[in-house]
Amino acid sequence: MADAHASDGRVRPLVIEPGHSFESVTGSISEIVLTQKPTKGWFLGLTIGFALLMGLLLAIMNLLVTGIGIWGNNVPVGWAFDIINFVWWIGIGHAGTLISAILLLFRQQWRTSINRFAEAMTLFAVACAALFPLLHTGRPWLSAFWLFPYPNTMGLWPQFRSPLIWDVFAVSTYATVSAMFWFVGLIPDLATLRDRATSPVQRTIYGALAMGWRGSAMHWQRYETAYLLLAGLSTPLVLSVHTVVSFDFSVSQLPGWHATVFPPYFVAGAIYSGFAMVLTLAIPLRKFYKLTDFITMHHIHNMAKVMLVTGLIVSYGYMNEAFFAWYSGNNFEQFMMKNRMFGPYGWAYWLLISINAGVVQLFWFRKVRDNIGLLFVLSIVVNIGMWLERFVIIVTSLHRDFLPSSWAMYYPTRWDFTMYFGTIGLFVSLLFLFIRFLPMISIFEMRTMVPEAKVHDEKLEAL
Amino acid sequence: MQIFNRSANFIAKASIVGLVLVVGSLLGLLTTANRWSWVNNQRVVREQPIQFSHQHHVQTIGLDCRYCHTSAETSTFAGIPPTKTCMNCHSQIWITSPYLEPVRSSFRDNRSLRWVRVHDLPDFAYFNHSVHVKKGVGCETCHGRVDKMPLMLQENSLQMEWCLDCHRNPAQYLRPRSEIYTMGYRPAESQAVVGARLMKEYHVNPRTSCSTCHR
Repeated sequence: MADAHASDGRVRPLVIEPGHSFESVTGSISEIVLTQKPTKGWFLGLTIGFALLMGLLLAIMNLLVTGIGIWGNNVPVGWAFDIINFVWWIGIGHAGTLISAILLLFRQQWRTSINRFAEAMTLFAVACAALFPLLHTGRPWLSAFWLFPYPNTMGLWPQFRSPLIWDVFAVSTYATVSAMFWFVGLIPDLATLRDRATSPVQRTIYGALAMGWRGSAMHWQRYETAYLLLAGLSTPLVLSVHTVVSFDFSVSQLPGWHATVFPPYFVAGAIYSGFAMVLTLAIPLRKFYKLTDFITMHHIHNMAKVMLVTGLIVSYGYMNEAFFAWYSGNNFEQFMMKNRMFGPYGWAYWLLISINAGVVQLFWFRKVRDNIGLLFVLSIVVNIGMWLERFVIIVTSLHRDFLPSSWAMYYPTRWDFTMYFGTIGLFVSLLFLFIRFLPMISIFEMRTMVPEAKVHDEKLEAL
Repeated sequence: MQIFNRSANFIAKASIVGLVLVVGSLLGLLTTANRWSWVNNQRVVREQPIQFSHQHHVQTIGLDCRYCHTSAETSTFAGIPPTKTCMNCHSQIWITSPYLEPVRSSFRDNRSLRWVRVHDLPDFAYFNHSVHVKKGVGCETCHGRVDKMPLMLQENSLQMEWCLDCHRNPAQYLRPRSEIYTMGYRPAESQAVVGARLMKEYHVNPRTSCSTCHR
């Protein structure tokens, strides 16, 4: 990793490779959208994503026509793939918000190269996540009154004491704020695309989206204020959304769910899986679109370090759960933990522990963090681990309930899998369209990273 | 270079107002649509095999509700009278009226008249007519001034909020059992006093849990 020696003698890691100017930054990012022909690899990726997306539509149609009996969920395992996938997707989204809001407020300059596509990832992940709670009701057209408080003719309101209704507000707020943040961040870049566009169609579409941005000093002054305000709005959401998701479980009294450690443990898990997904996306993107100058090894290292920290917090959560099951002296808690470890789903538990508490230790080593290929594999392994975590929490807690006569095993059906891989298809399709039609790296923020922009840096240093 | 006409400035601003208006009216539509009579059939006259006038039979002649609706006090269903009930009188009066031919032919052929049900609760709602009568809910409270209806219509929306309005606070509607069949009843004292007393006297404890009606 190349380091730069600043005038004050401090060594700073590079967030952009040397030799770039305003023009080269703007040119190399915007040409991906404006002039480059989409590659065969892009078409292949979109085709795979789109095929899976068609599977999703088929699964949804069958669900609406036949009912949720097509899924493997049944008493006592009433929540299964639907909620596992919901929590998994929502968790993945968290890295985007953390990068765009919290790292902005902490003035972490390295966020600049990755915030745009991480935010896009957040939006697409939330879209995938939101499908599950809607569809697991079986009759999503009735969800309006099940989920949203509006004056209906039944004289009924949703149960405000239930975390499920808090969840609706948490997720819908999250989706709204993330979308606004993303779009506001795009405006100056859309104007850049408008100005560099070669065809009238491009010019009109990007021009309309740029909302008349001219880049005047007043525009920038208002823009910076709005962006900071939105960052301030998003910051609590990084913590609150997954906290509320964890309440879906911890507010209930089921052994295995009713645990105090859930909110911080869920938030850490969300950021952990989110950064894994950012790495999964960043590594191929920087390679195939030749963006290694902008997404440097410094970024990759930092993301691996964030994963290490959050992975350790998650591991602490696992230890905490096991410890308190024993320490509580409660028969049901102890049975749940024993069953989770050595029961019929023990393989899932140990696989999850070996990934999230074991494999994550590899990130301690600089050699591992330098090995791009290995990191790519590990990032996918981590997301499998985080999926397993939700599987273990949900299914092992439910399948042995208080009444032994109702004990049962959970077996997902092919429709469960079609739906799950279908949402991956939705995610992939949206992502490929995004990298084709919008600048995947923030052009105007990258320009501030170039030495040319550092004229007033001394003033900033004095602050 | 200008891509857009100067009017784009106005259109952009107007679209913000427009968006608020459109979203606002859609939400308004969502919350009010179910209350239109077009949707819930409230106060909509439906065509019957015979245009039977409750006004004539109740107000002018003075028939008691129970003469025809015999099971109102004893069954889940108040009951629709058989043709024989009509024929008790109409075998003697208006016997040649062409207007009543469907009644006579029904009696001759022993085939029921197919009345169109006006007060039809959805099948997923359990409803017992007799208990409401026993607990002091007058006919008029739910069915309106039947004595003033030349053609039968559904006075109330029959929607869940309407049921719950009474189930949550029955005192506002209860009347003494002696006044159940009275049309145009006025409480002797204030309704709050009467209602509270009757609730105690008749042991009125209406439940509002889901399974009370959705069994």
